This record gives sequence, structure tokens and C-alpha cells, in this order.
Amino acid sequence: MKSQLSYYAGRVTAGLTSRREFLGRAAALGVTAAAANTFLAQTARAQEPQMGGTIRVGMQGGATTDSLDPALAANATATAVSRLWGEPLLELAPHGGIEYKLAESYEASADAKTWTFKIRSGVEFSNGQPLTADDVLRTMERHSGEDTKSGALGIMRGISSMRTEGETFIIELDAPNADLPYLLTDYHLMIQPDGGFDDPAAGIGTGPYVMSEVDMGVRFVAEKNPNYWGDLGYADTLEYIVINDNTARVAALQSGQVDMILRVPPRTAGLIARAPGITVHQTSGPGHYVFIMHCNTAPFDNNDVRLALKYGINREEMLEKILFGYGSVGNDTPINASYPLYTEMEQRSFDPDKAKFHFDKAGDAGQILLRTSENSFPGAPDAAALFQQSLATAGISLDVEREPNDGYWSEVWNVQPFCTSYWGGRPTQDQMYSTAYLSTADWNDTRFFNEQFDQMLVAARGELDEAKRTQMYADMGKIVSDEGGLICPMFNDWVDATSDRVAGWVEDYKGFDLMNYYAPMKMWVVG
Amino acid sequence: MTPVVKLLAQRIALGLLLLFLVSILIFVGTLILPGDVAQSILGQSATPEALANLRQDLGLNEPALTRYFDWLFGVFQGDLGTALTSGQDIAESLGARFRNTLFLAFWAAIIAVPLAVFLGLLAVRYRDRWPDKLISAVTLASISLPEFLIGYLLMFFLGVKLRWFPSTAIGYRPDADVFTRLEAIALPVAVLTLVVLAHMMRMTRAAILNVMQSAYIETAELKGLSTFRVIWKHAFPNSIAPIVNVVMLNLAYLVVGVVVVEVVFVYPGMGQYLVDHVSKRDVPVVQACGLIFAAVYIGLNMLADVISILANPRLRHPK
Repeated sequence: MKSQLSYYAGRVTAGLTSRREFLGRAAALGVTAAAANTFLAQTARAQEPQMGGTIRVGMQGGATTDSLDPALAANATATAVSRLWGEPLLELAPHGGIEYKLAESYEASADAKTWTFKIRSGVEFSNGQPLTADDVLRTMERHSGEDTKSGALGIMRGISSMRTEGETFIIELDAPNADLPYLLTDYHLMIQPDGGFDDPAAGIGTGPYVMSEVDMGVRFVAEKNPNYWGDLGYADTLEYIVINDNTARVAALQSGQVDMILRVPPRTAGLIARAPGITVHQTSGPGHYVFIMHCNTAPFDNNDVRLALKYGINREEMLEKILFGYGSVGNDTPINASYPLYTEMEQRSFDPDKAKFHFDKAGDAGQILLRTSENSFPGAPDAAALFQQSLATAGISLDVEREPNDGYWSEVWNVQPFCTSYWGGRPTQDQMYSTAYLSTADWNDTRFFNEQFDQMLVAARGELDEAKRTQMYADMGKIVSDEGGLICPMFNDWVDATSDRVAGWVEDYKGFDLMNYYAPMKMWVVG
Repeated sequence: MTPVVKLLAQRIALGLLLLFLVSILIFVGTLILPGDVAQSILGQSATPEALANLRQDLGLNEPALTRYFDWLFGVFQGDLGTALTSGQDIAESLGARFRNTLFLAFWAAIIAVPLAVFLGLLAVRYRDRWPDKLISAVTLASISLPEFLIGYLLMFFLGVKLRWFPSTAIGYRPDADVFTRLEAIALPVAVLTLVVLAHMMRMTRAAILNVMQSAYIETAELKGLSTFRVIWKHAFPNSIAPIVNVVMLNLAYLVVGVVVVEVVFVYPGMGQYLVDHVSKRDVPVVQACGLIFAAVYIGLNMLADVISILANPRLRHPK
């Protein structure tokens, strides 16, 4: 009963239920109005942020082989840990837009080629050194040098020169790019003293916490940074524990060993949500599961074959059976409503007749082979089997080959002409399209070469008029959907879970899971 | 005792040769696996430039044979090298993980071995009656289930539902006091015990039953000795050899076969360490782990041989 009552009380404080309705519910549970009111007051107090305590987080993705060097961060754990000790210039704001971190402000020249960032003053690194514009410059140099191993190299390429002027940092671009602030929110670009050239993995930055224990792939402990310039962070201590096994991670939350976890398997999320003291949070994001065809390899070089396969996939069924509803249907573009300049277009649906029409029109396409593996996205082999069945109703036969997880990213993805994969998405359309749909992109994993599309992408990048830009992206989405090699059946939601030992969850946070990994800092321990 | 010393020397030499062969096998194995270190480290987000830079840094452009002999030379000098991925000294990071694995294996063995032998004796004492059948049924059931499933079951019932033990081993810290550490590993130890129990218990039962057919056992019974005394004093010593063999085999399994249990319970042992490095193709670490696992396996089997030789007068004094 207590848990039901606290559930309703939580809804009142969140504004989802009226006070009158709450009292009615409480009476139905046999609670007097006076007692219910007291309880409500207590709950409201628990909603006020409280300082102190320890928050423990069950993380996923970390390995013994990781490094604290932000340039090499390649998984959820490494990214989340770098958010503790480090900060970028700019960060995604919780509900869209840009938030200032180590840049106090920025401005662009009219042609969007010269960008000036004013560096925040009075900020100290955790080693006591003051932050200067030179540190920012050196950091950017480390990520863009000839011999860098940084994962941010791709987004640093468009920069022609960088310099500092007093407390400002200036970037000159080769070509206009209205999205540069979004690019600089990249999780690799943590500002380090002297750019981290001496010791990139020292874990020294300006972040709200200071690392006190680092055991790669096992555990990270951080204490609150007493000299932090901002007001981020309620708990005194944060403990990130790597629990890669899904069942173990959920069990650790259920038994109270950790207070929050990310990546709850959709299959069991419904069950876990019913457990007392645990809340499952569903956040839609730009991540999507894909079937990708190489547009330059037979039989996929024929757009009718591509269209046949696009009409032959049952998106609703896949969303229901693979994601258990924790997601939304895709429309064969990598863009969904989580992007700032999104325009809705007509939803392509499962249509065996159209699939058959296009397949017959294409002539003899031969046998089609789809390669898949469990790590290309969770449930990918099952999704491939569903695809096989839905195509069969259109009279198209599909062979499915199960590949080992090991080596999938080097031997199958971006190598074989038709396979399953996933994309985590990017903060802006420009970045997503430039990463994987531009003819010259390294990860053009659909081998999509379309001159018109390329021209529009470059033009949109320099367009500062938002309405015009939105229209350009809408047109580009149509091209990808009608001619591209991407079959995107669904966008996967982030599924996180927290225990009622912590409060302060913010719904619909942009970026990655666990409130873009800021949940441990923006939530607090309930008294 | 000279023949025994000679036998021991032979066994040890053979063991070292085996280790050498194992090191070649492991090296070849890591070469056959698709993908290379640089690709595995950078993952899906690898750009061609970053890949080339990393390959150069890691010395992957050297021929395989050169890399193998460089490594072998280092091992003879006691240097296991540094991990390609993190740049850490392997001997140091591996040492800490190995101690954790040994800690887990030690406590599992302390519980499992005496329990298995005792249950074996009990099963013989009550042969074909309900205690024998119950012991057989329970141990066979536990060995038939995959260990990760036993792990999940215990985690759910004892960890989440009843809350008797922590559901995962994340509370384990090498520097914590021994009670905290034991509490943290309670469930992994239980799983390991269940997994190795059946094999040892049934071997004990079978070996003793075999001896129980002998004429001298009948004599002992006719003398009027109690059944348990007959088993303990007369049958057990003569069936030590096969029992020791199976015990050693299971001890070796407790050290080298705990990968799954360590991963499921998030225990920072060698298993997790090895898995992470295999998936990143970090050859020096995989080789070091493989070498240690092989050494443990070969060493324990050698020990089993030696003990069964010493326990058997016929092998001790060959004609």
C-alpha cells in the first residue's frame, strides 16, 4: 500500500495527478485525509534536491582495456566517466539547444565560417591550474593532429585554423557550418590542461567531480570537486560499477546494490517496472536499428530491389516483437523527431503487393543474402527472421546468415553488401548525414552516392535561415527514404531504471541514456 | 626413491614442453581471429587515419614471427610485456586479477572437495537407498544446468527475493576485510560448488564401490567392523588415486573455467580480464593469461599423477 501511495504522491508532485484525486485514491487505500496530507508533504520535501550521500550506478559497456583518455572513449562507461572529471566547451541542453560549459558565450560571423568562443574565467582544473584559452586550443590540437587516435577526428576535419586571442578561442572553418556548436558537444572533446598532451589519461579536468578510484572495466569512484565553478552534482560520492551482464545489472538494482542502471533489456523492462521501489524511464532518442544495403552492389544497385525490400518489412511487428514497444517506427531515414529541424513525412508501411511489384519490375535479382549477428543490435537475428517471413508473404525469398559477434564490425559491417547494424545517432541532421550519407563519408555504410544530396547537405550547412534549412533537410530525407540503401524499421528508446532511493529524474533529456549521462549528477539521494 | 625422482623430472619436463606448445597455439589462434587490435580498440567509430596511426604505434606492422619470438624472449626473462590496449604492465595487472581468481577458487574448493568426498562416502554407505538416490539426483541436476543459469537462479532467489546474499560480487574489494569479501563471493562460490560437486562425488562413489567388491572388504565385514569404518579405513585409501585425479581436474576447472561465473557475477578475476582482452585482440595479454591457465592446468594434473604414484605401492616400487 505504501508503494501505491508514494506512487500517487509522486504523480501529484510531478503535476500528473491533482491533490483532490490523490486524496480520493488514498481514501480508497484506507488512509485518512490527514495522514495522506502529511505523506504528501513528505514526498514534496523529498522532491527538493538534497546534498550529500553516495549514488551508485550500474554501467554497461566498460572493459578492462579502456583508458581515461577522452580521445579513446568508445563506450557508455568511458563517456559517462569523462563527464565526471571533464567538461567540453558546450553541451546539449536537456530539452534541445546548447548549454554553456567552459565557453561563456560564442558568436559566429555572418558566413558561419569564423566562430569566436569566450572562455569562462575563474575556472580551475582539479590539479589547481587555472583554465586558459590556450588549454582549449591545445585540446583541440590534440584531437585534430595528423597522428591523433581521437574518435573526434572526423568532426575536427572541417577546421582550417584555430587561434586564441586573450580569453577567446577562435575557429576558422573551410566551409560554412551553422552546426559547429553542436559538434563541439562531442564527448571526446573534454578540455584538459595543456590539451592533455603530457598525460592524456590523467583524468584531470574542470568537471564537477574528481576521480578517487579508477579500476578499468570494474569500478570508478569520484568525489565532489570542492572548487567546481558551477552548481552541478548533489551527491558527495559517485560510484560507477561496470555490470555488463544484463541480468546481473537488473538484479543489482532490484537488490539495492546500485541506485540506477542504464540499458534495461526491453524484453524484461515491463516486468521490472512492476517491481516495487523501481521506476523504468523511457526516453526517445536518435538511436536506430538498421538493415543496410550497398547501393553500388548487385542486386542492390537497382532501386526497385531496394524499394521492394523497404515495402516488404513490417515495422510495427518488429517494434512490438524486438523492442517490446520501447521505441518508435522508422521511415527509412536516420532522422526522427529527436532532431532539431525534423519534418514529418508520409510513413512507409508494410505492403506486400508493392514489394512484389517492385521486385518483379527489377527482373531477376537472384537470391538475396542478409548477414546478421546478435551484437549488430539486440535481437538482430530475430529481426532478420521476421524480415524473412514478411518478405515471404510478398513472394520474395531471403537468406539469413548468422555471423559471429567477434569481428562483426571489421569483417561484415561496411564490408558486406547487406547486413544488420545500429546507429547511435547524432545531435543534428547535418552531423548524421555527413557521418554516413555523404558520398565521401568514411562510414558511408550504404554506399550512397548522390550528387544532388551532397550539394544540398553542404548548402544546408551554411544556411543560417532556419525555415529554409528545415525545408532542405525535409527534401534530403525524402531522397534517402526513396533512393537510399537504408531500411530503418525502428528507433530504439533509451530504457533506464532508478530505485526510489534517488530522485530528480528529468524526462525527455536529449543525448545519450541516463539523461545524457548526467543523471548521477542531477539526481539526489532521498533523505 | 630414485625411480620416483626420475619420474618427477620427466613429468616436469613434459609439462614445460606442453606449455611451450600451448603458447604457439594461442599465438596462432589470435592471428586466425578476424579483425586486428587497432580495429577492435577503435570499434565502429574508427576512421582510416586513426587506424593507421594506432597500428603504427602498436607495432602491428612487424611480421608475426618476430612478434612471437620477441614475446617468448621476454617471458624467459620474466617479462610478460605491456598490454597493447591500455599500455599497462601485464604482470602487475594480471597478478592482482589472478589473486582474486585464486581467492574465489580457494573458497569454492574448501567447500566443494570435502563435501563431495563426504557425500560420496554417504552415498556408498546408503547405496541404492533414498540418501544415495537423493544425492545423485540433486548433484546430477546441478551439473546438468548451465552454470550461468544456476547463477541467475541463485541471484534471483537468494539475492533479489530473499536478500540473504548480495546478488552480485560488486561489493568485492581486494583490500576489504575477509568477511566482506566472503559475503561478496557467497553466490559465486555456491554456483561453483554446485557445478563441480557432481563429478567429484560420483567418482568417489564409483571408485569406492569398485574396491568394495574386493575379497578383503568382505573379510573386514566378516570381522564385524561397522560399514562406515570399512569404507573409511579400508576402501577409501585404496581408491585415492582416481579420486585425487578427479579432484585435481575440478580444482583446475575452478581456476581456469570460472570465466562465465566471473562475468555473470561481475567478479574482478582473470576471466573477465581475459574476455575483455580477447575481444580487443590484445595478443600479449591473451598469451599471458593462456600461459597461466595452461600452467595451472598442467601443474595440477602433474600433482594428481604424483600423488597417485605415491599412493600406489605398485607404482612406487616398480619391479
